[in-house]
Amino acid sequence: MSEYQPVLLPAIPDLHKIDVYEQHGGYQQIRRALAMTQEDIIGIVKDSGLRGRGGAAFPTGLKWSFMPKNGEKPSYLCVNGDESEPGSFKDRQIFEFNPHLMIEGILIAGYALRIKAAYIYIRGEYEKWVQMVEKALADAYEKGYVGEKMKDTFGTGFSCEIYVHRGAGAYICGEESSLMNSIEGLRPYPRVKPPFPAQVGLWGCPTTINNVETIANVPVILEKGAEWYKSIGAEKHPGPILYGISGHVNKPGVYDLPTGMLLTELIYDVAGGVPGNKKIKMVIPGGSSMPPLRGDQLEGVRMDAESLKEVGSAIGTAGIMVMDEDTDLTRILTRITHFYKVESCGQCTPCREGTGWMLKVLNRMLEGEGTPKDLDLLHSVAKNIEGNTVCALGDAAAWPVKFTIERFRNELEAELQR
Amino acid sequence: MFTEEELKHVDEIKSHYPTNLSAVMGVLHMYQDKYGYISDEGITFIAKLLDVPEEKVLGVVTFYEMYHQHKTGKYKLQVCTNVSCMLRGSDMVLKTIKDKIGIGIGEMTADGLFSVHEAECLGSCGTAPMMSVNKDYHENLTPEKINELIDALKAQG
Ligand SMILES: Cc1cc2nc3c(=O)[nH]c(=O)nc-3n(C[C@H](O)[C@H](O)[C@H](O)COP(=O)(O)O)c2cc1C
Ligand code: SF4
Ligand code: FES
Repeated sequence: MSEYQPVLLPAIPDLHKIDVYEQHGGYQQIRRALAMTQEDIIGIVKDSGLRGRGGAAFPTGLKWSFMPKNGEKPSYLCVNGDESEPGSFKDRQIFEFNPHLMIEGILIAGYALRIKAAYIYIRGEYEKWVQMVEKALADAYEKGYVGEKMKDTFGTGFSCEIYVHRGAGAYICGEESSLMNSIEGLRPYPRVKPPFPAQVGLWGCPTTINNVETIANVPVILEKGAEWYKSIGAEKHPGPILYGISGHVNKPGVYDLPTGMLLTELIYDVAGGVPGNKKIKMVIPGGSSMPPLRGDQLEGVRMDAESLKEVGSAIGTAGIMVMDEDTDLTRILTRITHFYKVESCGQCTPCREGTGWMLKVLNRMLEGEGTPKDLDLLHSVAKNIEGNTVCALGDAAAWPVKFTIERFRNELEAELQR
Repeated sequence: MFTEEELKHVDEIKSHYPTNLSAVMGVLHMYQDKYGYISDEGITFIAKLLDVPEEKVLGVVTFYEMYHQHKTGKYKLQVCTNVSCMLRGSDMVLKTIKDKIGIGIGEMTADGLFSVHEAECLGSCGTAPMMSVNKDYHENLTPEKINELIDALKAQG
């Protein structure tokens, strides 16, 4: 660990400026990529073991291999920077401190996937960061790294366009099919799958959707090789990852470190421990939709997809939210449920109605009028949402409620007595 | 409603997509930046400008949190109350604002200068508590910072 140097957010002053990025080897990997075959690049990404950083940890090389090789329709790439899952604040760091790494990653992915254009979808509230990315993009166009001029710069027949699409404050637009509807200018209701985006995506054309951080890993993999990449972090979920640590810690922030680190090491060493040396009551390891862990359950738990699955949670966006022993869990759960209720698109009855019912019961509990029976009621509503909806927001709303009740029943019952 | 230069920008947005419908969001942002909110008139104007049905534009406006169909304060204080901010003092932020300018969530000062809104997680959990004021983020908030900020905005008018 001690010899690890940040890879996605290296400590190089002004790296967001294109000249500085070039001085550090920038835009050399797209040049190398263009001398390889598309299949070779997809092969390297597969071998590296890179898995998506947007929530589901899906193997990126495998996802890329679903794209048609000689389709009649144009293909697209959507780069997901909607970043609205509570507890997630990492893609913003890439926009601000290393946007050219993302742009170069888009170009490499673009060539490997034979795309015509890429859309970087950035949440609307990140207006400042939209401007930063647009500046970086304008510089890359100017230098001939993007667009038609690529053909001259690199001397091959490949070119692609990159555009920024700014959202307007809807969490659901981070869901990949909703994101595509948003770009198309439709009301962004998630689509029923199948068909999957690699067959029928943006404007009915083959499309791949990847998270910003996922894409930023691509130039690094090409530069250092699949073997190097695989040697970092957890065997089945390798690489550098951006941990976002927030809540009751002394040094909250985004940390570029290997996957598979101990949760306790991240909380106590990296993030400086809990203020006042208090005990931890709850940790949500991957953004607010992921099942919460008990404070007395953290020993030995590592931050990678497999390890977290073993303890009944998931890595999500690696946004770690830490809550000390004095935290009011009823209030936290109510706030989380409020979020999913507000953000439900309303398309499926279990999600639309279920989140509303859960919120009503939780509010009753907060007002001191709840009974232990309410916990059973909440649990059953959550179970009725889970798995019965068009998109995964339903599960995202159900899991915090279901697992908090299962894992913190005593604490919640004690809070009912107040 | 748009100047020559703004119309050029609209053309630039349109050129990013194979259909005009995709340009609706970008043009709505432009319109709201200029007029503060999206009026019925604005919806008609944008529909004509992009040659798309009015219902489509309305459908987009009503879906997204950031598009407003009514006037808000000149300075929109969006206070994040989601989990990480709650754990680090969003209650303090709301109380400090209330003590300072007398309004809470969903309210606007009589002079129209400030409105306060409850925001969902704004992607600043590591620098909580936070709020945004129009397009600017204000992070690691303390009562002193909030009071200073509001004084500065009042002075700007
Ligand atoms: C409700 C919901 C919100 C999501 N929000 C995001 C998001 O903000 N950013 C993101 O990258 N993925 C988000 N996802 C996951 C995407 O649907 C998709 O799996 C991901 O962008 C794929 O990229 P990856 O394979 O590189 O991780 C969300 C999923 C759901 C169900
Ligand atoms: S699960 Fe919820 S958010 Fe997802 S499509 Fe259904 S109603 Fe919409
Ligand atoms: S919880 Fe407030 S910015 Fe994320």
